[in-house]
Amino acid sequence: MTRFLLSRAAGAFVVLMAKSFVIFALIGLMPGDPVDLLMNANPDATPEDIAHLRQLYGVDTPIFERYWHWLTAAVHGDFGFSRLQHRPVWDIVIPALGNTIVLTATAFTIATVIAITLGTIAALKRGTWIERAIGLLAYTGISIPAFWLGLMLIYLFAVILGWLPAGGMPRPEEGIRGIFSHLALPVLTLVIVEIGAPTRYARAAMLEVLGQDYIRTARAKGLSSRRLILKHALRNAMIPVVTIIALGMGNLFSGALLTETIFAWRGMGRLILEAIMGNDYNLALVCLLFTTAAILLANILADVAYTKLDPRIGLGGRRK
Amino acid sequence: MSAHAEESVSVWHLRWLRLKRDRAALAGAGLLALLLMASESAPIYEAWQGVSGVDADLLSRFDPATAQHWLGSDDAGRDVFARLLRGGQTSLTIGIMGALGASIVGTLIGSISGYFRGRVDMVLMRFTDFMIALPQLPILIILAALDLTKLGFSSEFIRSGSAGYWRIVVIVTLLGWTGVARLVRASTLALAEREFVLAARAQGAPAWWVLGIHIVPNAITPVIVATTIAMGRVILAESGLSFLGVGIQPPATSWGSMLSNAQELITSAPMLAIWPGLLILVSVVAINFLGDGLQAAFDPRSDPR
Repeated sequence: MTRFLLSRAAGAFVVLMAKSFVIFALIGLMPGDPVDLLMNANPDATPEDIAHLRQLYGVDTPIFERYWHWLTAAVHGDFGFSRLQHRPVWDIVIPALGNTIVLTATAFTIATVIAITLGTIAALKRGTWIERAIGLLAYTGISIPAFWLGLMLIYLFAVILGWLPAGGMPRPEEGIRGIFSHLALPVLTLVIVEIGAPTRYARAAMLEVLGQDYIRTARAKGLSSRRLILKHALRNAMIPVVTIIALGMGNLFSGALLTETIFAWRGMGRLILEAIMGNDYNLALVCLLFTTAAILLANILADVAYTKLDPRIGLGGRRK
Repeated sequence: MSAHAEESVSVWHLRWLRLKRDRAALAGAGLLALLLMASESAPIYEAWQGVSGVDADLLSRFDPATAQHWLGSDDAGRDVFARLLRGGQTSLTIGIMGALGASIVGTLIGSISGYFRGRVDMVLMRFTDFMIALPQLPILIILAALDLTKLGFSSEFIRSGSAGYWRIVVIVTLLGWTGVARLVRASTLALAEREFVLAARAQGAPAWWVLGIHIVPNAITPVIVATTIAMGRVILAESGLSFLGVGIQPPATSWGSMLSNAQELITSAPMLAIWPGLLILVSVVAINFLGDGLQAAFDPRSDPR
């Protein structure tokens, strides 16, 4: 186990390094560079100033050199300053990460519980209108644009009914009520959008398990269907579903970019968008690397979960 | 003598028979065809009604629905119905082209990887894993906002309307091929062991011939399903990018860019936001119904309904 984890972690680290370079290079191709932006703010700048600044910022050096410079600083724990907010990148990322986790973890937990319940019900009520209704709901979730759903919820609950705020962060003086009222709409949006895929997986997995011989045997022995479903079917059906869920956890840290943007929630997704659009090199890089690391970590976690839950499967997906 | 009953039936005919029984899939296909035809006839509607979905008409801003403006007009006096048709043209064709592009690239990479194995396979599959674990939406945003002059394109090309369109098609192709590549690689690995492939190779057929004639046509069924479902994802991605302002740029329009415009007007003119989103939702649901129907029709193990 330790060897497996170490080799996977080493592999993930190599991939992360490669990605940091690709992302570094891509951001370098965004319109303008830091010096252009500084110049726009100062009409009196002379060509000499520009040349001096270009040298100071090192924007004209080759990409490998710039990347190396960034990397050595990053290894020493210096991830640089945000150009837009004039603060160290970490000071901006940490609160955004906290906000994102509050939002996405809440939505994720609710969506997972509902999805497993609905998927199980759909499998048990096979061929009835209930199964079709759940199927349609799952389809809608997969097919709906998150930002449009958010917009419609704002229109309904904030504009027409006036029950909930249209967006923004809860203020401290609003207390617990404020947190809930500000979380309600973005969480609802995320739950609807995220519920589709796991519901369908849960249904398929449950159907497969219900067709197995040991379920028929248990039923023939006269086991109550409640016990049968909870103890025998659900536990086995959840093995592939848990893997899918573990994979989805990688997206918890990147936040829900569109949902956070629509509801002005100060999380990672919104921060990434602002950093990219505002040409905030250091900030965008750190955010994206953080996100990528989370995805890689979730992949390893999914592998471990799979082998822990299904004793027949060895590490690395080999059958024992 | 029942010679008629023993007449051989092609696998595609059987699949069609199965698909024909799936009402949801047929409804999805019909709806998509209808949307495509309607959006392609945008110029006809504009000429017939004497309205425009492009030119501003500041004397008729926010007109209510009338016999001339079927769904009223927007904040610049443009006919909403005509704009929805034009937006559909963009969104739906980007969906088709992006999904096709991704599947072609995926099929190429997957079949080469599975056929040549060894080091080629290792390199290509590592690359695929690399692409899969990229944060998709942020990378899409970066690619959509890249300064193409830094890559050597002329600025005239970038400002032309079609550049924004093709840029989206290219970037969803670049990021979307991984799933199909894995599917095709798996099928190719199995097919490469089969006798007809060995026979072709023994006769000295070159690799591109074996791949093109023997392997890819036999591995294409799951790719068709994957392409159909990918269309929905591409349409959603395009709408998201355009909504954020890095996708389709004015004067061109897509359902997503219409929404970006409608966001600030949500309190005064909610219908401007409702229609484009509804059309995105309906078309992606239709695509998913069709994709699932194809999946069931192509997979002989799936239960007949």
